Amino acid sequence: MNQTILAQYLLSGLIYGSIYAVIALGFNIVYNATGIINFAQGEFVMLGGLLTHSLSSVLPLPIAILSSVTITAIVGALMEIIFIRNLGVLVKGDGGKGGVMQLTIMTIGLSILLRELALKVWGEQVQTVPFFTGNESSSLSIGGAHFSPQLLWIMGATALIFLILSVFFKYTLSGQAMRACSASRVGARLCGIRAEVMVTLSFALAAGIGAAAGAVTAPLTQTHYAIGTSLAIKGFTVAVFGGLGNSGGAVAAGFILGIIESFSIIVFPEAFKDIVSIVILLAVLLARPAGLFGSREASRLKEF
Amino acid sequence: MKKKDYTPLVAFMSVSILIPFLTNIFQVNFFLTQLTMSAYYALAALGLCLLLGYAGQISLGQAGFFAIGGYTSAILSKAGLDPRLAFVASVLLAALVAILIGMPVLKLKGHYLAMATLGFGVVIEKIVRGTPALGGADGISNVPSFTILKDLRITGGKADRLSNYAIAFVILSIVLILMINLLSSRSGRALRSLHGSEDAANAMGVNVANTKLGAFVIAAVLAAIAGSLMTHLNGSIGPGEANTMKSIRYLSIVAVGGLSNFTGTLAAGIILNFLSLRGVFGIYDDAVFGAILVLVMIFAPNGFGFAFPARFGKGAKK
Amino acid sequence: MNGFLKIDGLGKSFGGLRAVDSVSFSMKKNTIHSVIGPNGAGKTTLFNLIAGSIRPDDGTVLFNGENITALAPHKVARRGIFRTFQAVKLIQRMSALENVMLGMHSQTKSGIVSGMLSLPLARAEEKKMTERAMASLEDVGLATQAHLPTGSLSFGDQRMVELARSLVGNPELLLLDEPASGLNMKETAGLTERISNLREKGLSVLLVEHDMSLVMEISDCLTVLNFGQKIAEGNPREIQANADVIRIYLGEDDA
Repeated sequence: MNQTILAQYLLSGLIYGSIYAVIALGFNIVYNATGIINFAQGEFVMLGGLLTHSLSSVLPLPIAILSSVTITAIVGALMEIIFIRNLGVLVKGDGGKGGVMQLTIMTIGLSILLRELALKVWGEQVQTVPFFTGNESSSLSIGGAHFSPQLLWIMGATALIFLILSVFFKYTLSGQAMRACSASRVGARLCGIRAEVMVTLSFALAAGIGAAAGAVTAPLTQTHYAIGTSLAIKGFTVAVFGGLGNSGGAVAAGFILGIIESFSIIVFPEAFKDIVSIVILLAVLLARPAGLFGSREASRLKEF
Repeated sequence: MKKKDYTPLVAFMSVSILIPFLTNIFQVNFFLTQLTMSAYYALAALGLCLLLGYAGQISLGQAGFFAIGGYTSAILSKAGLDPRLAFVASVLLAALVAILIGMPVLKLKGHYLAMATLGFGVVIEKIVRGTPALGGADGISNVPSFTILKDLRITGGKADRLSNYAIAFVILSIVLILMINLLSSRSGRALRSLHGSEDAANAMGVNVANTKLGAFVIAAVLAAIAGSLMTHLNGSIGPGEANTMKSIRYLSIVAVGGLSNFTGTLAAGIILNFLSLRGVFGIYDDAVFGAILVLVMIFAPNGFGFAFPARFGKGAKK
Repeated sequence: MNGFLKIDGLGKSFGGLRAVDSVSFSMKKNTIHSVIGPNGAGKTTLFNLIAGSIRPDDGTVLFNGENITALAPHKVARRGIFRTFQAVKLIQRMSALENVMLGMHSQTKSGIVSGMLSLPLARAEEKKMTERAMASLEDVGLATQAHLPTGSLSFGDQRMVELARSLVGNPELLLLDEPASGLNMKETAGLTERISNLREKGLSVLLVEHDMSLVMEISDCLTVLNFGQKIAEGNPREIQANADVIRIYLGEDDA
């Protein structure tokens, strides 16, 4: 097999793997805090890309990116405050299972609304985002394989996100409060932690990192109002694959899926590429629902 | 003993019989075709109502079974097979797939089950969209009409509007009868017990896995019947019918109609789809269904739905 | 000898915790056999092992000579072993009558198709189930509540509905999981009498219970568990005099 083509597949796998990893991290954050699966996670990625696209024409790129991340984080927080909190079930008592299904279904509805809103604002066309450095023709090379510098930005951003989240959850007061909250709502309350705020924060955080992933990959993958749904499915696959609630697992699983998916073109027609992730999803759910790195212990403790 | 309450059936049939007269009076007979299509979509939603509302299992893959029904009928009848046999084949295929998929997948619960069934739907869509032999993105057209008996046809012609409508609503009525009968029978009780307490069901000798599978297969079969007949009605089918959004629509319909309320689901399914087909929602079509999900979850999260109270026998159903 | 219910070396661990450890005992037919012990002794786990909702790590359960150890709960039910739950598990939306009719599921067989088509078999069975269920409800004094959804009944009444449900299928062995929990004194007295009557009718009852007076009053035999192990067995008088048993209960008070 041609080395260049292999390298291309690998690169593509890493790019998409990063997106999947970050989406999975977003799923985990919300899941750990609330027990619900936020279907709108994919839409946050979409918003990151589309907002950056629009803002970059009036603001310097770095500001545009930061703004779109912030705006999306606010959207996430508002979504939680207005809709999720409204049902109230999460903050009553010790976060019982009742209502989790309803809330998950609600996020399905919300993801559709966000998507339709994006359609209204940005239309149907695929939109582009400027490269952070250079342009679409710039390329670097390592050992004969050529790749766009944007890839370094993507890997860097993913690593940074993971690092920031790790530090946040282990060392900051809010992060520890969120972990305490997910482990035991009543216990957290007794320590003076307000569960409602933690839940809102988790949504804002998940939205922010989703948007960051969207913004940093959009130059290479382009962005579009409808990318959210399939991203959400893949992100969920990765989250479960890595062990739901386990973030180190999510990152690893993200890259694994990205690469497998990328190389699957060798065997399957491109039109069926999405089936690969679903087959993996079903296989994991049925054979090893705890995922590669998850265990019942870990998901109970809900470590970051 | 749960009294077999046929009031919903009577109500449904009365309204269905009334409609053609109304469309005639108001000179809007072309409504009948869209109502017929809506009826088939409502049939698929009815399957989900049984599965989710009574057996308590969520499925976001109904559109996949609808497509299996439609595509199988299309391919076989275009290949020359008598549409009646093609119909039987497509229903059997859907049942088979439902058994194969259901056996492993129904062991999952809650959002895992939702995701797995969602994944199934996506796989079906990708397959029909990406396979040239299945028509690719354009789907299959020029599907012959379905002759049930000598002059009774399901087809796209204007002249057959009324008979198409009648066929669809008779089928719905029959299915409604079967469902009402089922629910007040031993199997129906077993099915309903799943939603209440699987442990209790097990302890009473109910084979929970098989019962879940039975409900899943029934839902799939209803969706396949709807898909098959709709395909003959329209003369075509496309990959859009397997789309996730369609599955989510079925969920919205069941949600707003009342989780364990057949008449509510039928009414919601027919009305909402009719409005959608008439273009009333404009470009906000999908948004409407999304909004419905959100609103129902906010205002009526338990047992879903707020439409159609006791008047239609909802109380007796529970 | 005694071939009714024989538990042999049953064991189950959860993670590192040995919940049930090599427990063996035999139960005679047509007796009331109680399993007692402090909280956390493994009584409910033992129960669930017998009823089939948990798989044991070691040991066997023999019922009427048949090895039922690995059977799924619904199959255990079909062998004539019915159980109740400590947290009453009724189908809240269904009426009391329908809940009790569910108890006859294993004794009837009309399926989905005959149900849908309302075939004669289905209708005949439905009639039979309704009559038997009604009779069962009358036995527990709840005939008047038959058509109410169980969610609207008092806890004590719900317990009785569950009991009626487990009796309607003419079980051979009844497993009662803390049937007196949550009942007041009057209800407990009524329950005690009912369980006693079951013995007269030829049933056998295996009981897990905390209420000592109930247990001592009606049991033919008691098995005492502590930390998952059997530490004593005998009739009520023997158990009340048993030093080990006294120690574990008194010791608990001291702590």
